[in-house]
Amino acid sequence: MSEYKKPSSPAEFAKNFKQKKPLMNQTEAHFESARCLFCYDAPCMDACPTGIDIPLFIKQIHTGNVDGAAKTIYDSNWMGNACGTVCPTGVLCEGACVYNHQDVLPVQIGRLQNYATDKVISAGKKLFSEGADTGFKVAIIGAGPGGVSCAAELRTLGVAVEVFEAKDNQSGLLINGVAPYKITNEEVQAEMDYLQNQLNYKIHYNSPIETKAQIAELEANFDAVFIGVGLGATAFRNIPGEDLSGVVGAVEFIEKLRLNHEKTPLGNKVVVLGGGNTAMDAASESARMGASEVTLAYRGTKEKMGAYKFEYDLALSAGVKGIFEANPIEILGNGSVSGVKFASASGEEFVVDCDQVIKATGQAKSGGLFELIADLDLDENQRVKVNSDSNQSSNPKYFAGGDAINGGAEVVNAAYDGKLAANGILAYLTNKK
Amino acid sequence: MADLSVDFAGIKAPNPFWLASAPPTNSGYQIMKAFDAGWGGAVWKTMGMPTINVSSRYGSTNYGDTRMAGFSNIELITDRPLEDNLREIREVTERFPDHAVIASLMVDTREEWIDIIKQVEDAGATGIELNFGCPHGMCERGMGSAVGQDPVVLKTIVEWVMDAAKIPVITKLSPNISHITDPGLAAVEGKTDAISLINTIKSIVGIDLDTYAPYPVVDGKGTNGGYCGPAVKPIALHMLKELAQHQQIKRTPLSGIGGIENWRDVVEFILLGATSVQVCTAVMHYGFGIVREMEAGLRQFMDDKGYQTIYDFAGKALPNVTEWKHLNLKHDVKAKINADKCIGCNLCYISCDDGAHQAIGLPTDGSRVPNIIEENCVGCNLCSLVCPVEDCITMVQKDDGTQHETWDDLTKTNRIPDTFNDVRAGGKGHYVPEPSDAFKTKRKDKSGW
Repeated sequence: MSEYKKPSSPAEFAKNFKQKKPLMNQTEAHFESARCLFCYDAPCMDACPTGIDIPLFIKQIHTGNVDGAAKTIYDSNWMGNACGTVCPTGVLCEGACVYNHQDVLPVQIGRLQNYATDKVISAGKKLFSEGADTGFKVAIIGAGPGGVSCAAELRTLGVAVEVFEAKDNQSGLLINGVAPYKITNEEVQAEMDYLQNQLNYKIHYNSPIETKAQIAELEANFDAVFIGVGLGATAFRNIPGEDLSGVVGAVEFIEKLRLNHEKTPLGNKVVVLGGGNTAMDAASESARMGASEVTLAYRGTKEKMGAYKFEYDLALSAGVKGIFEANPIEILGNGSVSGVKFASASGEEFVVDCDQVIKATGQAKSGGLFELIADLDLDENQRVKVNSDSNQSSNPKYFAGGDAINGGAEVVNAAYDGKLAANGILAYLTNKK
Repeated sequence: MADLSVDFAGIKAPNPFWLASAPPTNSGYQIMKAFDAGWGGAVWKTMGMPTINVSSRYGSTNYGDTRMAGFSNIELITDRPLEDNLREIREVTERFPDHAVIASLMVDTREEWIDIIKQVEDAGATGIELNFGCPHGMCERGMGSAVGQDPVVLKTIVEWVMDAAKIPVITKLSPNISHITDPGLAAVEGKTDAISLINTIKSIVGIDLDTYAPYPVVDGKGTNGGYCGPAVKPIALHMLKELAQHQQIKRTPLSGIGGIENWRDVVEFILLGATSVQVCTAVMHYGFGIVREMEAGLRQFMDDKGYQTIYDFAGKALPNVTEWKHLNLKHDVKAKINADKCIGCNLCYISCDDGAHQAIGLPTDGSRVPNIIEENCVGCNLCSLVCPVEDCITMVQKDDGTQHETWDDLTKTNRIPDTFNDVRAGGKGHYVPEPSDAFKTKRKDKSGW
């Protein structure tokens, strides 16, 4: 049974979606930073996809050079604040902290990171400036973590940037797809504004790139293009009843939740289909929205779930019930959903009653855009193939990163890709000249 | 059960835990509260001539997550009227007749000394301590450390005092001097009953990076303070040992002061010859209640070792504190890493490679457990000191214990080396990397944008 009362006000929503990694105060940051051992060749650094010099920034926090700490973080990762909260730190930096080997709690690296980045964001402290103009112009498709990282980096390198974003907001999944208890919309927006105010890249909102003519125009006006698009809508799984009212995709549900908070409509008995991190998020969120029963149903065994264990544990702690080896064979209902029929591993059929089904069964590929671009090699999963040194694609003018090349991973991976590509783009354009 | 009572140069107390002359002994209220909490004695905050104190008086050295690892003050002797102090001394001694109530004094002329001694004796003080230590303020007026730094003057004043005093006298020494035995000997020659040490060390604990003034800042300026707290304990232990081993001083009872905070500190001071200890900073940090931990720990130690009184082990470490020339050159220890305990921080590796003898190698087996290069390990202990895991790196004896040779032996047998032939030396006993190898071990940098 769910433990949360249905939220009816912003305050109640905030209570139910309490931040998992709340901001540290100065005292906590002082004591926590004192715990860092300043390991040589620190494993946390190695575990960070963007290679942030974690021991250095923690030392800087401890010695009162918080601006310097933020600079160290942003030097490696333009999504420094967002990554502090939304990164699965337990399996990345904090998971690698040597304290784990003696069953001592790891240093809370993510929260320390936020402590530093929040300080400079709140104060509007300018840490970066635009590089001397190189004369190059680059277009970026998609203002998600990858695109924004690429834009910010390019500006420091003296490259002019215009970003084309399909939606009316930036940050991609950070606002539209991350669970609300991981980061608030305001926090995401503040970091986006902080970067844009320092580095002045132009973002064209409501500007999807959908036609060959647009592509031709980009190619005519820009020296290179970075593809930073995300994945598409929740994919259809061809289960009978998928079109019933009350059946939604997880991505769509989470996006609505992020924008509408407590006003997001949700049934009382919810079945979430899937075993990935998005399924865990959707299930946790349903419980926190006050659904009386939330069942997470996964086709395979618990061990085979793609989700991080801590995400499943979080869902359980919110009151979600997990059922495994439950293969959905039909969504039942007459007009609107009334239950899901599953087949167990032994073939036995059973029904879970519900008035809401959330499908977290994977997103459609963003292949549409890729087909418009000449000579763009894709892999068998419709992902853009890139050179891992520069993220350059088979069409030399195009670089890519994030979901477009990995099929859907963490914000931190996109942040790395965007930065890497920016440097790759500059090298490519400089060499070509 | 162990008997903790002491008779320190005729000053009796139920235990050796005394409060040093300082802010915690500024009033009868505080001292009664302390005795009630378990302290066995108190040295009253120094009485003398009228003073005026400044506002902003203390500064501290914080280290890591630890506050007040070192502590500095620029406060002077008591600013309370003498008659108030005397009245309260009387009240305390009447209420606690078995406790040590020692009057710390600091005045200038012989007449002043005679006069104030009479007054504190009449008030019932069980002992006197001469403050020859304050390194700030009072020394500018020719008192405090100005006396402690001049053995001739010190001896003269001690003689005046000994002529006048009917109760035991402790001479408190300043550490702000090259050889502590100089004032120590002067005090003994002046016939002092006992010595206490150390007073605070001249210090500047830090500079405000916005105002460029030293802490504690008094309206934009500061002055040197007197440093104390856990950070000064090693200096105090050394000076205590200097007196405790000195032929002419060692029979004089010694009261140990300097960074004492827990039972281990107390035992260490006693092992080096102290038969009472005085505490200030720890009380200023944690209150009088810390004496519970000191007493419980001291009792446990004494019971475990089978000691009845502190005199059973007082000075027991002194025979083992010797000069470098008497250390066994044949003794050989090498570091050993317990791979099961190692957490892979590699601090031992980098501390040895950058700060010692390049005797630890990084693992090549995919683990993060470094390996000791025994050939290069000189047994310096550094790795075992930086290792954050309890008992992970230990120093293992490699010699068979049968050989013993000291520098003194070499000197006496005319075998002092005239070439660099130390078997542990770089280039002789073990390899030293070429200077240009410095670039080969450069740390890989993933974020090298």
